[in-house]
Amino acid sequence: MSKLHFITDGFVKNNPTFVLVLGMCPTLATTTSAMNGLEMGLATMFVLILSNIVISLVAPMVPDKVRIPVYITVIATFVTVLQLLMQAFTPAVYETLGLFIPLIVVNCIVLGRAEGFANKHSVGESALDGIGVGLGFTLSLTVIGIVREILGSGAVFGWKFIQGDGILAFVMAPGAFLVLGYLMVLFNKYLAKK
Amino acid sequence: MEYFLIFVSAIFVNNILLAQFLGICPFLGVSNKLSTATGMSGAVCFVITLATVVTYLLNHYLLVPFGLEFLQTISFILVIAALVQMVEIVLKKISPSLYQALGIFLPLITTNCAVLGVAITVVTKEFAFGGAAPHMLNLGQAVVYAIATSLGYGLAMCLFAGLREHLAGNDVPKAFKGLPIALITVGIMAMAFLGFSGIV
Repeated sequence: MSKLHFITDGFVKNNPTFVLVLGMCPTLATTTSAMNGLEMGLATMFVLILSNIVISLVAPMVPDKVRIPVYITVIATFVTVLQLLMQAFTPAVYETLGLFIPLIVVNCIVLGRAEGFANKHSVGESALDGIGVGLGFTLSLTVIGIVREILGSGAVFGWKFIQGDGILAFVMAPGAFLVLGYLMVLFNKYLAKK
Repeated sequence: MEYFLIFVSAIFVNNILLAQFLGICPFLGVSNKLSTATGMSGAVCFVITLATVVTYLLNHYLLVPFGLEFLQTISFILVIAALVQMVEIVLKKISPSLYQALGIFLPLITTNCAVLGVAITVVTKEFAFGGAAPHMLNLGQAVVYAIATSLGYGLAMCLFAGLREHLAGNDVPKAFKGLPIALITVGIMAMAFLGFSGIV
């Protein structure tokens, strides 16, 4: 029970998108629909959990000076594993998310958790932290995706409930910035009230 | 003609920040002042162009002949990290004044997804301009694409830094302060850039 907070911290207090403001590129680029946001979140979570586990194991052995290159190599390895798995089992998803799968390597959330958490904590705690932050990221991306999909095409998870065209701008680039900006305002309001 | 189309489309139509969402973190991080924004844009321009040439050659002469394309991600990021280190050392020796101007931004660039993004795009995506059949870029076109993309990065970055300097003096509601209002400003800027989409 006492370790549960490693998971729940990632939702609100350490929310990677709205509080830490990390990993903005995939957040903006892949949230054209709720499903895409969810898939991107899960892909990042996969890499985050595995790299957290391995880095917490190797951190005591790595000299301080070369730790960043070592972390990046570990992360890049898992990203390559993810790329090959997705090409084999979910080629359609791999096609939609495209460039942003290899770019998980430079997602600051993954390196940030390696540097800020995994290298000073035990394997179990690092795994839980990976799950928590990963879920927080997935949740934020899905919420942004839901809002953009409703405004942009009048649907949620592909289920269309408003007839006719939506506001196209929300599926395109400007909508991503606007939706994230306004959601951040709501999040700030909520935090201020608490 | 094709080089010109690549150039215009990479700067305006497919602007790396406002249409492709690459390199957003440093964009939001260092765009508070115009002077730091120009410094960062200069450093990014330099590294993107250099990294694209090196990774293109690496891919063409090493990975493809041996069927090792699946190593693209891992080898590209290592090459970029090493390159950034080298650029830093060389600049320190050759041009201390340039090092002074760009120095503090260089370590940040390794994790700038714009660099890896352009390197991967150039070797994996097929381009089609002016009615030509889709094809992979050759080295010359890749270099033009890299330079134009980084100029587009600089353009968006400096425009936004100018806007943000003005924003700082305004009375913004408390919940909007900081990033939210910045994001909304970028959104409106991106809408303006959508207007270029018809030209190529």
